[in-house]
Amino acid sequence: MLSELLIDPFQYEFMIRSLIAAVFCGATLSTLGTFTINRNMGFMADAMAHATLPIIAVGVFFGFSISELGAPAAIVVAIFLGFIVKNTKIGEDTSIGIIFSTFFALGFILIKLLNVTINLEDLLFGQILAVNRTDIFIITALFLIVIGIIVIFFKQLLFYSFDPIGAEVKGLNINFLNYLFLITLSLAVVSALQTVGMILVLSMLIIPAASAKLITNTFIDSIKVSIAFGIISSVAGLVISYHLDLPTGPSMSLVASTVFLLSYILSKSKIKNR
Amino acid sequence: MTTKENIYESESLIVSDGCCVQYGEALAIDDVTFSITKGKKIAVVGPNGGGKSTLFKALAGLIPLSRGSLKIDGLDPLKAKGMISYIPQKDSLNWNFQLSVKQVVEMGLTNKSTLLSFNQKKNAEMINESLDQVGILDKSEENINNLSGGQQQRVLLAKALIQDSNILLLDEAFSAIDVGAQEDIMKIINGSDLKEKTILVATHDINNLEDKFDEVLCLNRHCCAFGDPLEVLTKEVIEEMYGSHEDMFLDHKPGSHGS
Repeated sequence: MLSELLIDPFQYEFMIRSLIAAVFCGATLSTLGTFTINRNMGFMADAMAHATLPIIAVGVFFGFSISELGAPAAIVVAIFLGFIVKNTKIGEDTSIGIIFSTFFALGFILIKLLNVTINLEDLLFGQILAVNRTDIFIITALFLIVIGIIVIFFKQLLFYSFDPIGAEVKGLNINFLNYLFLITLSLAVVSALQTVGMILVLSMLIIPAASAKLITNTFIDSIKVSIAFGIISSVAGLVISYHLDLPTGPSMSLVASTVFLLSYILSKSKIKNR
Repeated sequence: MTTKENIYESESLIVSDGCCVQYGEALAIDDVTFSITKGKKIAVVGPNGGGKSTLFKALAGLIPLSRGSLKIDGLDPLKAKGMISYIPQKDSLNWNFQLSVKQVVEMGLTNKSTLLSFNQKKNAEMINESLDQVGILDKSEENINNLSGGQQQRVLLAKALIQDSNILLLDEAFSAIDVGAQEDIMKIINGSDLKEKTILVATHDINNLEDKFDEVLCLNRHCCAFGDPLEVLTKEVIEEMYGSHEDMFLDHKPGSHGS
Protein backbone atom coordinates (compact mmCIF):
# COMPACT_ATOMS: atom_id res chain seq x y z
CA MET A 1 0.00 0.00 0.00
CA LEU A 2 2.71 2.44 1.07
CA SER A 3 5.01 1.32 -1.73
CA GLU A 4 2.19 1.88 -4.23
CA LEU A 5 1.64 5.38 -2.87
CA LEU A 6 5.34 6.08 -3.26
CA ILE A 7 5.88 4.42 -6.63
CA ASP A 8 2.62 5.28 -8.37
CA PRO A 9 3.47 8.96 -9.09
CA PHE A 10 6.69 8.04 -10.84
CA GLN A 11 5.17 6.18 -13.75
CA TYR A 12 5.12 9.55 -15.49
CA GLU A 13 8.25 11.04 -17.00
CA PHE A 14 7.52 14.56 -15.71
CA MET A 15 7.30 13.16 -12.18
CA ILE A 16 10.69 11.44 -12.54
CA ARG A 17 12.18 14.73 -13.69
CA SER A 18 10.52 16.44 -10.74
CA LEU A 19 11.91 13.78 -8.41
CA ILE A 20 15.46 14.36 -9.65
CA ALA A 21 15.05 18.12 -9.27
CA ALA A 22 13.57 17.68 -5.77
CA VAL A 23 16.42 15.44 -4.60
CA PHE A 24 19.20 17.67 -5.94
CA CYS A 25 17.62 20.93 -4.81
CA GLY A 26 16.80 19.48 -1.41
CA ALA A 27 20.39 18.31 -0.95
CA THR A 28 21.98 21.52 -2.24
CA LEU A 29 19.89 23.88 -0.13
CA SER A 30 20.07 21.85 3.07
CA THR A 31 23.86 21.54 2.84
CA LEU A 32 24.34 25.29 2.60
CA GLY A 33 21.54 25.83 5.10
CA THR A 34 23.78 24.54 7.89
CA PHE A 35 26.32 27.31 7.28
CA THR A 36 23.54 29.84 6.63
CA ILE A 37 21.71 29.38 9.94
CA ASN A 38 24.91 29.39 12.00
CA ARG A 39 26.09 32.55 10.28
CA ASN A 40 22.64 34.18 10.59
CA MET A 41 22.50 34.71 6.83
CA GLY A 42 18.89 33.71 6.19
CA PHE A 43 17.86 37.25 5.28
CA MET A 44 20.82 37.52 2.89
CA ALA A 45 19.70 34.29 1.17
CA ASP A 46 16.13 35.57 0.91
CA ALA A 47 17.41 38.80 -0.63
CA MET A 48 19.46 36.80 -3.14
CA ALA A 49 16.35 34.98 -4.33
CA HIS A 50 14.34 38.18 -4.71
CA ALA A 51 17.13 40.27 -6.19
CA THR A 52 17.36 37.97 -9.21
CA LEU A 53 13.96 39.16 -10.46
CA PRO A 54 15.18 42.08 -12.64
CA ILE A 55 17.87 39.87 -14.22
CA ILE A 56 15.28 37.19 -14.91
CA ALA A 57 12.90 39.80 -16.41
CA VAL A 58 15.57 41.14 -18.78
CA GLY A 59 16.84 37.62 -19.59
CA VAL A 60 13.40 36.26 -20.42
CA PHE A 61 12.84 39.34 -22.60
CA PHE A 62 15.91 38.27 -24.60
CA GLY A 63 14.64 34.70 -24.92
CA PHE A 64 16.46 32.87 -22.11
CA SER A 65 14.75 30.50 -19.67
CA ILE A 66 14.78 31.04 -15.90
CA SER A 67 17.10 28.04 -15.38
CA GLU A 68 19.58 29.29 -17.98
CA LEU A 69 19.68 32.69 -16.26
CA GLY A 70 20.07 31.23 -12.79
CA ALA A 71 23.85 30.89 -12.49
CA PRO A 72 24.86 34.25 -14.03
CA ALA A 73 22.13 36.02 -12.06
CA ALA A 74 23.31 34.33 -8.86
CA ILE A 75 26.90 35.40 -9.37
CA VAL A 76 25.98 39.02 -10.18
CA VAL A 77 23.63 39.27 -7.19
CA ALA A 78 26.11 37.64 -4.77
CA ILE A 79 28.97 39.93 -5.75
CA PHE A 80 26.74 43.00 -5.67
CA LEU A 81 25.22 42.13 -2.27
CA GLY A 82 28.61 41.25 -0.81
CA PHE A 83 30.13 44.51 -2.04
CA ILE A 84 27.30 46.72 -0.77
CA VAL A 85 27.14 45.02 2.65
CA LYS A 86 30.90 45.36 3.10
CA ASN A 87 31.20 48.92 1.91
CA THR A 88 28.24 50.67 3.50
CA LYS A 89 28.14 51.66 7.13
CA ILE A 90 24.39 51.41 7.61
CA GLY A 91 24.37 47.86 8.97
CA GLU A 92 24.14 44.52 7.21
CA ASP A 93 20.41 43.94 7.64
CA THR A 94 19.56 47.45 6.53
CA SER A 95 21.65 47.31 3.36
CA ILE A 96 20.31 43.85 2.51
CA GLY A 97 16.76 45.13 3.07
CA ILE A 98 17.30 48.08 0.75
CA ILE A 99 18.73 45.90 -2.04
CA PHE A 100 16.09 43.21 -1.51
CA SER A 101 13.12 45.57 -1.89
CA THR A 102 14.68 47.76 -4.59
CA PHE A 103 15.56 44.85 -6.86
CA PHE A 104 12.26 43.08 -6.28
CA ALA A 105 10.34 46.26 -7.14
CA LEU A 106 12.58 46.89 -10.16
CA GLY A 107 11.91 43.33 -11.34
CA PHE A 108 8.15 43.86 -11.33
CA ILE A 109 8.48 47.21 -13.10
CA LEU A 110 10.72 45.64 -15.79
CA ILE A 111 8.28 42.75 -16.30
CA LYS A 112 5.55 45.33 -16.95
CA LEU A 113 7.67 47.70 -19.09
CA LEU A 114 9.23 44.94 -21.22
CA ASN A 115 5.91 43.14 -21.46
CA VAL A 116 7.62 39.90 -20.45
CA THR A 117 5.51 36.76 -20.16
CA ILE A 118 6.38 35.28 -16.78
CA ASN A 119 3.99 33.32 -14.61
CA LEU A 120 4.56 35.19 -11.36
CA GLU A 121 2.87 32.55 -9.24
CA ASP A 122 5.30 29.92 -10.56
CA LEU A 123 8.22 32.26 -9.92
CA LEU A 124 7.12 33.04 -6.38
CA PHE A 125 6.01 29.57 -5.31
CA GLY A 126 7.82 27.30 -7.78
CA GLN A 127 6.59 24.90 -10.43
CA ILE A 128 8.65 21.79 -10.17
CA LEU A 129 6.29 19.76 -12.38
CA ALA A 130 7.31 21.93 -15.33
CA VAL A 131 11.03 21.17 -15.20
CA ASN A 132 12.43 19.98 -18.53
CA ARG A 133 15.63 18.10 -19.41
CA THR A 134 17.68 21.32 -19.65
CA ASP A 135 16.46 22.36 -16.21
CA ILE A 136 17.49 18.97 -14.81
CA PHE A 137 20.91 19.29 -16.41
CA ILE A 138 21.39 22.78 -14.91
CA ILE A 139 20.08 21.79 -11.45
CA THR A 140 22.38 18.73 -11.40
CA ALA A 141 25.38 20.78 -12.54
CA LEU A 142 24.71 23.43 -9.88
CA PHE A 143 24.39 20.69 -7.25
CA LEU A 144 27.78 19.25 -8.23
CA ILE A 145 29.42 22.69 -8.27
CA VAL A 146 28.00 23.70 -4.89
CA ILE A 147 28.82 20.39 -3.17
CA GLY A 148 32.27 20.38 -4.80
CA ILE A 149 33.06 23.85 -3.46
CA ILE A 150 31.86 22.97 0.03
CA VAL A 151 33.88 19.72 0.12
CA ILE A 152 37.07 21.30 -1.23
CA PHE A 153 36.95 24.44 0.92
CA PHE A 154 35.19 22.94 3.95
CA LYS A 155 38.03 23.43 6.45
CA GLN A 156 38.71 26.99 5.30
CA LEU A 157 35.02 27.97 5.25
CA LEU A 158 34.50 26.52 8.71
CA PHE A 159 37.55 28.34 10.12
CA TYR A 160 36.48 31.60 8.49
CA SER A 161 32.90 31.20 9.73
CA PHE A 162 33.92 30.43 13.33
CA ASP A 163 36.89 32.75 13.73
CA PRO A 164 37.22 35.29 10.90
CA ILE A 165 40.02 37.25 12.61
CA GLY A 166 42.02 34.12 13.42
CA ALA A 167 41.55 32.92 9.84
CA GLU A 168 42.87 36.20 8.47
CA VAL A 169 45.88 36.10 10.77
CA LYS A 170 46.60 32.56 9.55
CA GLY A 171 46.80 33.96 6.04
CA LEU A 172 43.49 32.67 4.69
CA ASN A 173 42.12 34.87 1.93
CA ILE A 174 38.97 35.90 3.74
CA ASN A 175 37.73 38.14 0.92
CA PHE A 176 37.91 35.19 -1.44
CA LEU A 177 36.17 32.92 1.11
CA ASN A 178 33.46 35.52 1.72
CA TYR A 179 32.60 35.90 -1.96
CA LEU A 180 33.02 32.16 -2.59
CA PHE A 181 30.41 31.42 0.05
CA LEU A 182 28.07 34.17 -1.16
CA ILE A 183 28.28 32.93 -4.76
CA THR A 184 27.79 29.31 -3.68
CA LEU A 185 24.78 30.27 -1.57
CA SER A 186 23.36 32.34 -4.39
CA LEU A 187 23.82 29.44 -6.85
CA ALA A 188 22.00 27.10 -4.47
CA VAL A 189 19.17 29.58 -4.03
CA VAL A 190 18.60 30.22 -7.73
CA SER A 191 18.88 26.52 -8.56
CA ALA A 192 15.74 26.08 -6.46
CA LEU A 193 13.70 28.94 -7.95
CA GLN A 194 12.01 26.54 -10.38
CA THR A 195 11.39 23.99 -7.62
CA VAL A 196 10.09 25.98 -4.68
CA GLY A 197 10.11 29.57 -5.94
CA MET A 198 11.43 32.85 -4.56
CA ILE A 199 9.28 32.96 -1.46
CA LEU A 200 9.66 29.39 -0.27
CA VAL A 201 13.32 28.83 -1.12
CA LEU A 202 14.19 30.18 2.31
CA SER A 203 12.13 27.46 3.97
CA MET A 204 14.00 24.68 2.18
CA LEU A 205 17.30 26.38 2.95
CA ILE A 206 16.92 26.96 6.67
CA ILE A 207 14.24 24.60 8.01
CA PRO A 208 16.03 21.25 7.37
CA ALA A 209 19.26 22.74 8.78
CA ALA A 210 17.48 24.16 11.84
CA SER A 211 15.71 20.82 12.44
CA ALA A 212 19.01 18.96 12.18
CA LYS A 213 20.70 21.35 14.60
CA LEU A 214 18.03 20.61 17.20
CA ILE A 215 18.74 16.90 17.32
CA THR A 216 22.49 16.66 16.64
CA ASN A 217 25.53 17.51 18.74
CA THR A 218 28.15 18.29 16.11
CA PHE A 219 28.25 20.46 13.03
CA ILE A 220 29.28 17.54 10.80
CA ASP A 221 26.33 15.45 12.03
CA SER A 222 24.02 18.40 11.51
CA ILE A 223 25.08 18.59 7.84
CA LYS A 224 24.37 14.88 7.29
CA VAL A 225 20.97 15.03 9.00
CA SER A 226 20.11 18.31 7.27
CA ILE A 227 20.74 16.76 3.85
CA ALA A 228 18.55 13.79 4.79
CA PHE A 229 15.77 16.11 6.01
CA GLY A 230 16.09 18.28 2.90
CA ILE A 231 15.71 15.32 0.55
CA ILE A 232 12.92 13.75 2.61
CA SER A 233 10.96 17.03 2.74
CA SER A 234 11.35 17.64 -1.01
CA VAL A 235 10.41 14.12 -2.09
CA ALA A 236 7.61 13.72 0.46
CA GLY A 237 6.21 17.12 -0.52
CA LEU A 238 6.29 16.08 -4.19
CA VAL A 239 4.48 12.78 -3.51
CA ILE A 240 1.89 14.35 -1.20
CA SER A 241 1.18 17.15 -3.67
CA TYR A 242 0.65 14.54 -6.42
CA HIS A 243 -1.83 12.48 -4.41
CA LEU A 244 -3.73 15.39 -2.86
CA ASP A 245 -3.52 17.65 -5.91
CA LEU A 246 -1.83 20.43 -3.97
CA PRO A 247 0.80 22.97 -5.09
CA THR A 248 4.20 21.25 -4.85
CA GLY A 249 6.45 24.04 -3.49
CA PRO A 250 4.21 24.84 -0.52
CA SER A 251 3.75 21.09 0.15
CA MET A 252 7.53 20.61 0.37
CA SER A 253 7.78 23.61 2.64
CA LEU A 254 5.06 22.32 4.99
CA VAL A 255 6.66 18.86 5.18
CA ALA A 256 9.92 20.57 6.17
CA SER A 257 8.03 22.53 8.84
CA THR A 258 6.49 19.29 10.14
CA VAL A 259 9.96 17.73 10.33
CA PHE A 260 11.08 20.78 12.31
CA LEU A 261 8.16 20.38 14.73
CA LEU A 262 8.98 16.68 15.25
CA SER A 263 12.68 17.52 15.75
CA TYR A 264 11.73 20.16 18.28
CA ILE A 265 9.58 17.69 20.23
CA LEU A 266 12.36 15.09 20.05
CA SER A 267 14.98 17.57 21.27
CA LYS A 268 12.77 18.61 24.19
CA SER A 269 12.08 15.00 25.19
CA LYS A 270 15.83 14.30 25.04
CA ILE A 271 16.51 17.16 27.46
CA LYS A 272 13.71 15.96 29.74
CA ASN A 273 15.04 12.40 29.82
CA ARG A 274 18.57 13.49 30.75
CA MET B 1 61.37 52.10 30.78
CA THR B 2 61.70 51.96 27.02
CA THR B 3 62.89 55.09 25.27
CA LYS B 4 63.23 55.88 21.58
CA GLU B 5 66.97 55.45 21.91
CA ASN B 6 67.05 51.91 23.26
CA ILE B 7 64.20 50.18 21.42
CA TYR B 8 66.41 48.68 18.72
CA GLU B 9 68.30 46.31 20.99
CA SER B 10 69.82 43.29 19.31
CA GLU B 11 67.52 40.83 21.12
CA SER B 12 64.34 42.77 20.39
CA LEU B 13 61.69 40.61 18.75
CA ILE B 14 58.95 43.22 18.54
CA VAL B 15 59.79 46.88 18.02
CA SER B 16 57.17 49.59 17.85
CA ASP B 17 58.57 53.00 16.97
CA GLY B 18 56.04 55.83 17.13
CA CYS B 19 53.30 53.52 15.94
CA CYS B 20 49.99 55.23 15.04
CA VAL B 21 46.72 53.69 13.83
CA GLN B 22 43.80 55.73 12.60
CA TYR B 23 40.19 54.69 11.91
CA GLY B 24 39.03 57.42 9.56
CA GLU B 25 39.59 60.63 11.47
CA ALA B 26 39.81 58.94 14.87
CA LEU B 27 43.24 58.14 16.24
CA ALA B 28 43.08 54.71 17.89
CA ILE B 29 46.71 54.61 19.01
CA ASP B 30 49.20 57.42 18.79
CA ASP B 31 52.98 57.43 18.94
CA VAL B 32 53.34 54.09 20.74
CA THR B 33 56.96 53.14 21.29
CA PHE B 34 58.22 49.98 22.99
CA SER B 35 60.45 47.02 22.38
CA ILE B 36 59.94 43.44 23.52
CA THR B 37 62.66 40.84 23.75
CA LYS B 38 62.17 37.17 22.93
CA GLY B 39 60.49 34.99 25.53
CA LYS B 40 58.99 37.82 27.57
CA LYS B 41 55.48 37.64 28.95
CA ILE B 42 53.79 41.03 28.56
CA ALA B 43 50.54 42.34 30.01
CA VAL B 44 48.86 44.97 27.87
CA VAL B 45 46.54 47.05 30.05
CA GLY B 46 44.37 50.09 29.58
CA PRO B 47 40.74 51.20 29.50
CA ASN B 48 38.15 50.07 26.95
CA GLY B 49 38.94 51.90 23.73
CA GLY B 50 42.50 52.43 24.93
CA GLY B 51 43.94 50.69 21.88
CA LYS B 52 44.85 47.22 23.17
CA SER B 53 42.96 45.33 20.46
CA THR B 54 44.07 47.85 17.84
CA LEU B 55 47.71 47.27 18.75
CA PHE B 56 47.20 43.48 18.55
CA LYS B 57 45.53 43.80 15.16
CA ALA B 58 48.39 45.98 13.93
CA LEU B 59 50.90 43.40 15.20
CA ALA B 60 48.96 40.64 13.44
CA GLY B 61 49.06 42.60 10.18
CA LEU B 62 45.28 43.09 10.09
CA ILE B 63 45.30 46.89 10.02
CA PRO B 64 47.84 49.27 8.52
CA LEU B 65 49.77 51.89 10.44
CA SER B 66 49.09 55.53 9.62
CA ARG B 67 52.51 56.58 10.96
CA GLY B 68 55.56 55.08 12.63
CA SER B 69 56.89 51.57 12.24
CA LEU B 70 56.21 48.15 13.71
CA LYS B 71 58.73 45.37 13.21
CA ILE B 72 58.52 41.72 14.16
CA ASP B 73 61.94 40.13 14.04
CA GLY B 74 62.86 42.91 11.62
CA LEU B 75 59.88 42.27 9.35
CA ASP B 76 56.72 44.22 8.67
CA PRO B 77 53.70 42.55 10.33
CA LEU B 78 52.25 41.57 6.93
CA LYS B 79 55.40 39.58 6.16
CA ALA B 80 55.60 38.11 9.66
CA LYS B 81 52.12 36.56 9.72
CA GLY B 82 53.44 33.03 10.19
CA MET B 83 55.26 34.09 13.34
CA ILE B 84 52.09 35.14 15.16
CA SER B 85 49.16 33.28 16.67
CA TYR B 86 46.22 35.43 17.63
CA ILE B 87 43.46 34.59 20.07
CA PRO B 88 40.75 37.17 19.48
CA GLN B 89 38.18 38.31 22.01
CA LYS B 90 35.63 35.56 22.60
CA ASP B 91 32.73 37.66 21.35
CA SER B 92 34.30 37.88 17.91
CA LEU B 93 33.96 34.09 17.52
CA ASN B 94 30.80 32.51 16.15
CA TRP B 95 29.57 30.24 18.94
CA ASN B 96 26.53 29.13 16.91
CA PHE B 97 28.62 26.38 15.36
CA GLN B 98 28.48 23.08 17.23
CA LEU B 99 32.17 22.30 17.03
CA SER B 100 34.14 19.73 18.95
CA VAL B 101 37.23 20.80 20.87
CA LYS B 102 39.33 18.80 18.40
CA GLN B 103 37.81 20.62 15.42
CA VAL B 104 38.57 24.04 16.90
CA VAL B 105 42.19 23.12 17.66
CA GLU B 106 42.54 21.67 14.16
CA MET B 107 41.77 25.12 12.76
CA GLY B 108 45.24 26.12 13.95
CA LEU B 109 46.58 23.80 11.24
CA THR B 110 44.33 25.17 8.53
CA ASN B 111 45.93 27.53 6.04
CA LYS B 112 45.20 28.73 2.53
CA SER B 113 46.54 25.55 0.96
CA THR B 114 44.35 23.35 3.15
CA LEU B 115 41.93 21.83 0.71
CA LEU B 116 41.11 18.16 0.40
CA SER B 117 44.66 17.12 1.24
CA PHE B 118 44.68 16.83 4.98
CA ASN B 119 46.98 14.52 6.90
CA GLN B 120 44.46 13.27 9.45
CA LYS B 121 46.83 10.98 11.34
CA LYS B 122 49.60 13.52 11.77
CA ASN B 123 47.02 16.15 12.67
CA ALA B 124 45.47 13.93 15.33
CA GLU B 125 48.83 13.52 17.05
CA MET B 126 49.51 17.25 16.98
CA ILE B 127 46.01 18.08 18.25
CA ASN B 128 46.39 15.66 21.16
CA GLU B 129 49.80 17.07 22.01
CA SER B 130 48.46 20.60 21.99
CA LEU B 131 45.43 19.70 24.13
CA ASP B 132 47.71 17.90 26.54
CA GLN B 133 49.83 21.04 26.88
CA VAL B 134 46.80 22.99 28.12
CA GLY B 135 45.53 20.09 30.23
CA ILE B 136 42.25 19.27 28.50
CA LEU B 137 43.10 16.21 26.43
CA ASP B 138 40.13 14.39 28.00
CA LYS B 139 37.75 16.98 26.51
CA SER B 140 38.83 16.54 22.89
CA GLU B 141 35.52 15.09 21.69
CA GLU B 142 33.28 17.50 23.62
CA ASN B 143 31.24 20.27 22.10
CA ILE B 144 33.09 23.52 22.80
CA ASN B 145 29.81 25.20 23.78
CA ASN B 146 29.44 22.76 26.68
CA LEU B 147 32.75 23.78 28.28
CA SER B 148 33.27 26.42 30.95
CA GLY B 149 34.68 29.83 30.01
CA GLY B 150 38.11 28.87 31.32
CA GLN B 151 38.13 25.59 29.40
CA GLN B 152 37.05 27.38 26.22
CA GLN B 153 39.95 29.77 26.64
CA ARG B 154 42.30 26.80 27.02
CA VAL B 155 40.95 25.32 23.77
CA LEU B 156 41.70 28.61 22.03
CA LEU B 157 45.16 28.58 23.58
CA ALA B 158 45.68 25.03 22.25
CA LYS B 159 44.56 26.25 18.82
CA ALA B 160 47.20 28.99 19.02
CA LEU B 161 49.92 26.68 20.33
CA ILE B 162 49.45 24.10 17.56
CA GLN B 163 50.53 26.79 15.09
CA ASP B 164 53.98 26.73 16.69
CA SER B 165 54.40 30.50 16.29
CA ASN B 166 57.01 32.45 18.23
CA ILE B 167 54.56 35.12 19.30
CA LEU B 168 51.15 34.65 20.92
CA LEU B 169 48.65 37.48 21.20
CA LEU B 170 45.78 36.88 23.64
CA ASP B 171 43.12 39.56 23.40
CA GLU B 172 41.05 39.83 26.60
CA ALA B 173 41.91 36.25 27.50
CA PHE B 174 40.60 36.67 31.05
CA SER B 175 37.26 38.29 30.34
CA ALA B 176 34.30 36.40 31.82
CA ILE B 177 36.41 33.72 33.45
CA ASP B 178 36.88 33.18 37.17
CA VAL B 179 40.07 33.79 39.13
CA GLY B 180 40.94 30.08 39.32
CA ALA B 181 40.70 29.68 35.55
CA GLN B 182 42.84 32.81 35.10
CA GLU B 183 45.49 31.31 37.34
CA ASP B 184 45.40 28.04 35.37
CA ILE B 185 45.96 29.90 32.10
CA MET B 186 48.78 31.95 33.61
CA LYS B 187 50.44 28.73 34.81
CA ILE B 188 50.38 27.44 31.22
CA ILE B 189 51.70 30.75 29.86
CA ASN B 190 54.53 30.86 32.39
CA GLY B 191 55.23 27.12 32.17
CA SER B 192 58.48 25.66 30.87
CA ASP B 193 56.82 24.51 27.60
CA LEU B 194 56.21 28.11 26.58
CA LYS B 195 59.48 29.52 27.90
CA GLU B 196 60.67 30.45 24.42
CA LYS B 197 57.40 32.04 23.35
CA THR B 198 56.82 35.76 23.50
CA ILE B 199 53.31 36.23 24.81
CA LEU B 200 51.24 39.40 24.98
CA VAL B 201 48.02 39.30 26.98
CA ALA B 202 45.50 42.14 26.88
CA THR B 203 43.80 42.26 30.24
CA HIS B 204 41.69 44.49 32.45
CA ASP B 205 43.02 42.92 35.62
CA ILE B 206 45.93 45.04 36.77
CA ASN B 207 46.25 43.41 40.18
CA ASN B 208 49.56 41.72 40.99
CA LEU B 209 50.81 41.92 37.41
CA GLU B 210 54.38 41.64 38.70
CA ASP B 211 53.67 38.06 39.81
CA LYS B 212 52.42 37.00 36.39
CA PHE B 213 54.23 39.06 33.76
CA ASP B 214 57.75 40.23 33.01
CA GLU B 215 56.62 43.59 31.69
CA VAL B 216 53.50 45.69 31.33
CA LEU B 217 52.48 47.96 28.47
CA CYS B 218 50.05 50.65 29.65
CA LEU B 219 47.92 52.05 26.86
CA ASN B 220 45.38 54.81 26.72
CA ARG B 221 45.57 55.59 23.01
CA HIS B 222 49.19 56.50 23.66
CA CYS B 223 51.80 54.56 25.60
CA CYS B 224 51.45 55.69 29.22
CA ALA B 225 54.27 53.42 30.38
CA PHE B 226 56.17 50.28 29.49
CA GLY B 227 58.46 48.17 31.62
CA ASP B 228 58.64 46.19 34.86
CA PRO B 229 55.19 46.29 36.50
CA LEU B 230 56.71 47.12 39.86
CA GLU B 231 58.45 50.15 38.43
CA VAL B 232 56.05 51.58 35.92
CA LEU B 233 52.60 50.94 37.36
CA THR B 234 52.55 54.07 39.45
CA LYS B 235 49.58 56.01 40.76
CA GLU B 236 50.15 58.62 38.01
CA VAL B 237 50.22 56.01 35.27
CA ILE B 238 47.04 54.38 36.57
CA GLU B 239 45.36 57.78 36.68
CA GLU B 240 46.59 58.53 33.18
CA MET B 241 44.97 55.32 31.96
CA TYR B 242 41.76 55.18 33.93
CA GLY B 243 41.29 58.63 35.43
CA SER B 244 41.05 59.09 39.19
CA HIS B 245 39.76 55.68 40.18
CA GLU B 246 42.50 54.77 42.58
CA ASP B 247 40.10 52.97 44.91
CA MET B 248 39.42 50.42 42.18
CA PHE B 249 42.94 49.11 42.59
CA LEU B 250 43.16 48.55 46.29
CA ASP B 251 44.84 45.17 45.80
CA HIS B 252 48.08 46.73 44.67
CA LYS B 253 50.92 46.10 47.00
CA PRO B 254 51.29 49.35 48.91
CA GLY B 255 54.49 51.20 48.21
CA SER B 256 55.41 48.93 45.31
CA HIS B 257 54.54 51.33 42.59
CA GLY B 258 56.46 54.42 43.52
CA SER B 259 54.83 57.65 44.70
